[in-house]
Amino acid sequence: MEEKKRFIAIEAVLRTVDDPELPTVSVFDLGMIHEVVITGNHVAIQMVPTFIGCPALDFIERDVKQAVEAMDWVESCSVAFTFEEKWSTDNITDVAKERLKKHGISPPPENYQPGEEWTVDCPFCGSDYTSMENVFGPTACRSILYCIACKNPFEAMKPVVEYVYE
Amino acid sequence: MTAIESPKQALENQIYALALKDLLYQLADDDFLISFRGSEWLGLAPHVEEDVAFSSITQNTMGHAFLFYSLLEDLGAGDADKLAHARPAKERKNTVYAEKRNGDGSYLEDPYYDWALTVVRYFLYEVFKKVKLEAITNCSYRPLANVAKKVLMEQPYHLAHWRLWFQQLQEANEDAAARIQQRVEEAWRQFGDAFDLGPYGTEMQEAGLIADEETLWAAWFSEVQEVIQHMPAGPLEKQLGSGRFGEHTADLDHALHILSEVYNSDREAVW
Repeated sequence: MEEKKRFIAIEAVLRTVDDPELPTVSVFDLGMIHEVVITGNHVAIQMVPTFIGCPALDFIERDVKQAVEAMDWVESCSVAFTFEEKWSTDNITDVAKERLKKHGISPPPENYQPGEEWTVDCPFCGSDYTSMENVFGPTACRSILYCIACKNPFEAMKPVVEYVYE
Repeated sequence: MTAIESPKQALENQIYALALKDLLYQLADDDFLISFRGSEWLGLAPHVEEDVAFSSITQNTMGHAFLFYSLLEDLGAGDADKLAHARPAKERKNTVYAEKRNGDGSYLEDPYYDWALTVVRYFLYEVFKKVKLEAITNCSYRPLANVAKKVLMEQPYHLAHWRLWFQQLQEANEDAAARIQQRVEEAWRQFGDAFDLGPYGTEMQEAGLIADEETLWAAWFSEVQEVIQHMPAGPLEKQLGSGRFGEHTADLDHALHILSEVYNSDREAVW
């Protein structure tokens, strides 16, 4: 039981560690936590990276480590990125999707086919009358769009899904 | 060939380790040099949205190179930063076509860079990268297979970007189409070495690391011919030599000199 409480406490902490480039969206809700192993007072966390070239990964690693080590019973926490699990935008939770919208970032579209064009609704007014300005945005994981209905520029999380090799 | 799960297991077989490392150097050096040439375009792309897109692709591709160098680091080849910055030209395994200069001048002074070369080079390279990675997604070295699958999830965006540029310029006015065609003909003379598997090619195939050269080439050819309107006749040539065998041009020295400038100013610096 004690063990279970500890896992719940760690999960609660991970829900407070935000992605440095997506404030108020936690690494937990982005689906970046793969595994948490508790051995005595040591916590080992395996994470899945979003985009490989993402320069925020080092900061995320540091922030997770610091947040978990701030818990009284934790002596040390190690964080490692694994490539055995593939992060996909399907891992993003509903909580994160709602919070992204508040920042003017639409959640990724569903049923995306790699390499194909895609579109999303405006995070501000909900209109589907939007245009893709640039698939590549300010960070590797985001694209730039424009809402023709409410005349606002906005961003969207780029869909990334498991690659199916024909 | 049974699956090799860890660096330790890979190093138990000397031939396997040699072949694996050579393949990793090819993948790492290709992505590293092509993204260096991309980085030289920063601020110079034809329009501002292209500047955002191209630099994002370049940053991501540099990330892919870093991952391949990291796999080498895990195999005891040395520090990833050092592998990227401090290896002399003759030890580099990238295709010579990736090291080719963007044009005359430098990014600081009179950069008379050629956009047609860039569009053709990146399109041909991204198709090649896709084909090569697809050929190793089920390879015997699990850590590499995992990385290949991960890279292939991101790379469709890069390929789609350059394919679109290629198609649009090819169908634009006569001037654009002629410039693209001229660079395609040039690529046919220079890009052949990309398909070489190098001195350990046979060992790579026997170790279940990758398909043979002919298979890679055929997959690439069938994909590019869907897009290129006027396919040059004849096979790809290696006019500039084969980078897989350590043959390179003065353009690589030029690239290494610039890209290692900061690294060489203080090799012990902590980032």
